[in-house]
Amino acid sequence: MQALYAQLLVGLINGSFYALLSLGLAVIFGMLNIINFAHGALYMMGAFCAYFLLNIAGIGYWPALIIAPIVVGIFGMILERTMLQWLAGLDHLYGLLLTFGLALIIQGVFQNYFGSSGLPYAIPSELQGGMNLGFMFLPIYRGWVVVFSLIVCFATWYLIEKTRLGANLRAATENPTLVRAFGINVPRMITLTYGLGVGLAALAGVLSAPINQVRPLMGADLIIVVFAVVVIGGMGSIMGSIITGFALGVIEGLTKYFYPEASNTVVFVLMVLVLLLKPTGLTGRAA
Amino acid sequence: MKHHISALFLGTALALAAGSAFAQDKTVKIGVLTDNSGLYSDLGGAGSTLAAQMAVEDSGLAAKGWKIDVVSADHQNKPDIGTTVARQWIDVEKVDIFVDVLNSGVALAVNNLVKEKNAIMINTGAATSDLTNTQCSPNTIHWVYDTYMLANSTGQALVKAGGDTWYFLTADYAFGHALERDTSAVVVKSGGKVIGTVRHPLNSSDFSSFLLQAQASKAKIIGMANAGGDTTNTIKQASEFGIVAGGQKLAGLLLFINDVHSLGLKVAQGLNFTETFYWDLNDGTRAFSKRFSERMKNKAMPSMVQAGVYSGLIHYFKTIDAMGGNPHDGVKVVAKMKETPTDDPLFGKGTIRPDGRKLHPAYLFEVKKPSESKGPWDYYKLVGTTPADQAFRPLSESACPLVKK
Repeated sequence: MQALYAQLLVGLINGSFYALLSLGLAVIFGMLNIINFAHGALYMMGAFCAYFLLNIAGIGYWPALIIAPIVVGIFGMILERTMLQWLAGLDHLYGLLLTFGLALIIQGVFQNYFGSSGLPYAIPSELQGGMNLGFMFLPIYRGWVVVFSLIVCFATWYLIEKTRLGANLRAATENPTLVRAFGINVPRMITLTYGLGVGLAALAGVLSAPINQVRPLMGADLIIVVFAVVVIGGMGSIMGSIITGFALGVIEGLTKYFYPEASNTVVFVLMVLVLLLKPTGLTGRAA
Repeated sequence: MKHHISALFLGTALALAAGSAFAQDKTVKIGVLTDNSGLYSDLGGAGSTLAAQMAVEDSGLAAKGWKIDVVSADHQNKPDIGTTVARQWIDVEKVDIFVDVLNSGVALAVNNLVKEKNAIMINTGAATSDLTNTQCSPNTIHWVYDTYMLANSTGQALVKAGGDTWYFLTADYAFGHALERDTSAVVVKSGGKVIGTVRHPLNSSDFSSFLLQAQASKAKIIGMANAGGDTTNTIKQASEFGIVAGGQKLAGLLLFINDVHSLGLKVAQGLNFTETFYWDLNDGTRAFSKRFSERMKNKAMPSMVQAGVYSGLIHYFKTIDAMGGNPHDGVKVVAKMKETPTDDPLFGKGTIRPDGRKLHPAYLFEVKKPSESKGPWDYYKLVGTTPADQAFRPLSESACPLVKK
């Protein structure tokens, strides 16, 4: 029974990565209508950015949590300005193909220079060690990841659903012509939104660097699962992707306990079931 | 008369030319079938292709009129892709010999194809000991290491040092299963006990759930029957969950120098494992590794897989040179390779057994502490050496049909 509690907690920790990543995807899809397949590659860039900051500039983990998302976010905005914006109004497939190609190129470049086995990144000294919870040994760093992700997820949700800026954004995606008539610069808003989504991915990358090796393929391994999370939660639904992210982490953790061989496929089995029963996803609205 | 003599000369010359072209086909194509993009690409990948090219250059065969081509392809760790590429290489591109072929799943699949088509495989990357046991073939030589040897060397040493209860964390495919099976046998034979196993999918990124199960088992040793990125993430996360600090010991059954490099000495220090090649073993290995590393993009030292590609090909070139040409009959060439003793600067003197097993010593290493390391890639301390005749599965235990009993 103790082991089960431990698995639940570990699942929650993995769930925080799923939530952060799927949140970014949902924001980008909801606002820009782009299925951002480059998300995994941008997550990986976040981790590499933290590595470079530490090893080249001597900048540690805490500043990296802010700098890396900004740097990668700016890179994302350049992508949006130079490439993605031309796809506005076209079929989803074009965005998917373009971002998928971008992901392959980015990963290929990193792999070419840094190989596949990855680079080390240590846990910051303040968060080293762990505490005995009775039923498991919880590394402090992992506890921090859960708390921090929850805060970021909630803040993003609040920004989009409850603030004036978020209201403008949502209106801009519903009816850009009308919003433009109110004097709001719609293209700039869209660029900033893409930057925000990308920044969230990079933030997850920095968070994951001390746990996983910083590897060029770290995003590629994760992205498919995260897509399943977004589909299950309902494409574009902010709250749906947060809740589904955490829930799937837990379900996956339980699978690892009861039937480890299936742990990589359980998410997709769930996706099939959800799509059969409710094609719009758990919290999605019908198009 | 004059006319007759010149015709005679011309005829003789033509006959000689035709004869020599017929008797001496001196073309060879080498296929480096490897993981160029996935979790094992640092162990083989571009480094294996480089090692093959270096072997071609060092063989000196070009000067003797040989034409040797090297091609390379990515099997993506998928047996179906591996066999498709291999089939095309043999049928269309006329590839004579496969090297590297890491990933046991791919290797076993290509092994069958190579036998069917009478080509050659010098396997330096796959670990499964089945390649020279139940699945042995007159066309395959298993060069560098195998699961039986790893189990025998690392497993036995750890049980002897008091690690008598084991829990396995196993990659869920041919290689993991073979390594777990062979190590379990050694553990039990040496008086230890296996108290549990958890099998994880290949290429997992999160091992915390599996590690918690291993921790809960209270086994003294957690045996990692996985490789590459899976192993490095396991080790990193084990240190995070305080597993070693809690008194359990991690056994890296298959670790490569690239894994240690990627982990950093701070995390990897103290790990024990077995390899058959280390760049800093002697003058011969150092000289080769230096040349190799200068040509690698990230200045990496060679892994034992890459070193094996070089060493295996050098022996192959010697053999076909001695045969004088026509190297396209796989069974014939491999039989000749088995007859000839091997000798190269990387693995020293050795032999190839009838079952296709190449014999050389196995070294038990311990990873240095950061304070002991003098610079980049100075990572290992030699703890023990198992002589060539004891390192691998004895022929008396072999289930290979090629072995006469």
